[in-house]
Amino acid sequence: MTESIIEFKRVNKWYGDFHVLRDIDLQVASGERIVICGPSGSGKSTLIRCINRLEEHQDGQLFVGGIELKDDVKAIEAIRRQVGMVFQQFNLFPHLTVLENLTLAPMWVGRLAKKDAEERAMRQLERVRIAEQAGKYPLQLSGGQQQRVAIARALCLTPKIMLFDEPTSALDPEMINEVLDVMIELAGQGITMLCVTHEMGFAKSVADRVIFMDQGQIVEQNTPAEFFNNPRTDRTRDFLSKILAH
Amino acid sequence: MSVEQAFTPIASRPPPQRQLGALAWLRSHLFDGPLNSALTLALLALLALVLPPLLSWGLVNAVYGADNDACRAAYGSGACWGVVAEKGRLIVFGRYPYAEQWRPLLACLLLVAALVASGMRRFWNAALPVLWAVALGGFYVLMRGDMLGLSSVETDRWGGLPLTLMLSAVSLAIAFPLAVLVALGRQSELPAIRTLCVLYVELIRGVPLISVLFMASFVLPLFMPGGRMDVLLRVLIGMTLFAAAYLAEVIRGGLQAIPKGQVEAAQALGLTYWQMQRKIVLPQALRMVVPAIVNTFIGAFKDTSLVTIVSLYDLTGAVQLALGDADWRKFFLEGQLFAAAIYFVACFAMSRYSRWLEGHLNTGLRRS
Repeated sequence: MTESIIEFKRVNKWYGDFHVLRDIDLQVASGERIVICGPSGSGKSTLIRCINRLEEHQDGQLFVGGIELKDDVKAIEAIRRQVGMVFQQFNLFPHLTVLENLTLAPMWVGRLAKKDAEERAMRQLERVRIAEQAGKYPLQLSGGQQQRVAIARALCLTPKIMLFDEPTSALDPEMINEVLDVMIELAGQGITMLCVTHEMGFAKSVADRVIFMDQGQIVEQNTPAEFFNNPRTDRTRDFLSKILAH
Repeated sequence: MSVEQAFTPIASRPPPQRQLGALAWLRSHLFDGPLNSALTLALLALLALVLPPLLSWGLVNAVYGADNDACRAAYGSGACWGVVAEKGRLIVFGRYPYAEQWRPLLACLLLVAALVASGMRRFWNAALPVLWAVALGGFYVLMRGDMLGLSSVETDRWGGLPLTLMLSAVSLAIAFPLAVLVALGRQSELPAIRTLCVLYVELIRGVPLISVLFMASFVLPLFMPGGRMDVLLRVLIGMTLFAAAYLAEVIRGGLQAIPKGQVEAAQALGLTYWQMQRKIVLPQALRMVVPAIVNTFIGAFKDTSLVTIVSLYDLTGAVQLALGDADWRKFFLEGQLFAAAIYFVACFAMSRYSRWLEGHLNTGLRRS
């Protein structure tokens, strides 16, 4: 195993009195593709949101790309430049065109000239097969198209790590596949991926490792084959029987 | 039993035609049922009652020339617009020296030009502050004189429309960025900044503008070395602080309406706090509260009339001044109507601009 790009050391977090992350220990190797699943409220979204400091952990240590996440604003900004994120609700900027959504960070964070930023943006839009929509506003697109734009936006800073927080949960069933196709393609290109999802088909076909969380803990982690065929705990078996039932 | 059926799409058809023509319009808009018909007839009756006497007073029997005897003769039956002909310049320019009144006229045009330019999107860039610096510099030189061969006119002689325009334009131009900072400050994670901003807003909002103007007028000089400070400057500071507190609350309303996901997406992209505010949060928050901002602007514009209490003669003050003349005092109604018309034109223009701006800025925020 190569050196860890992300490392959680006994990380804990509370929302008020609610203990949402409990003694999380986790190492992610560079280029690894991880799917995180678990019931709602299990802390899986909170876990990946700690990686780019959208949530702050209160105890333990968290390293991303060799930098420890602490209160240092500069360190946080440096980490965020290496980490792209895709949200359940897309969170595109509705007052900017698709192209402007994509060029914003490269121009203001990456200090690219407008022309270079636009070239890079168009390359990413082609990658998610939506280049013809560059001049439109996000709300003029379908949910699936918006999510693909969001993926392209996250890729524009050429991140080493991509975080997906339930990227297909807000989509109409007809549009889930167009987003998953883009994610599968991305998974084949060596980028480190952490994906919170209930798409078990996606987990089986691209994940190197599946992590199952419940009540703020990592209950079990294994290769997809082992995880689905030989779950080790009752809790995992119970969860799988519920989500794979139909 | 399954019979295979082909899916045949139904071609799109236009909607049924609505009835056109004047009669159909009248029926659907004015005589749509007994209640609406009754209301229409009642309103028509009211107009028939009110309009003829109003027209005969305001137009038919009115005296237009600055003829005091004719005005007195027509008093009670016709309006005396002669008061505008006679006192118009005093109302518009206040006590500014009569021979020099081309200067406030030019200064007004300069301010109006700057205001119009500020409303146009193509000037929404780094040029705008420069434009305002030039316009206000020009305004001051023209009004104050004492340079470039212009005779000196002390600020206490400034009055009328230029004063009203300048007080509202300058106080709002400074209040707006201040209000943005205060609104952001109220949402800050730093307790000291948050408390300071809350205190400021609540203190200023808790007192009437008249009190603020009095304080600015009489308290501010105590803090100045030598105790001398131009009365106009004092009033400007008071009005700016007052308008900023109200604007800050309006803007805070917009900030609170921004979904949390917008902030998270901006943070995840690595934008700094100020980049995020400038590029993502404020553009969306401000366009949401355009109507409320313009509402505050209109209120502030009319509030300038309160400066008469510290002996500055703005447009309403100048009307009082003009009607102090015993010969014309009887015709105060016409003088007030004239000033009211000027206020109305300005406020109506702001209101129309707000409507246009809302439509113009909402590109992309609606599904199309």
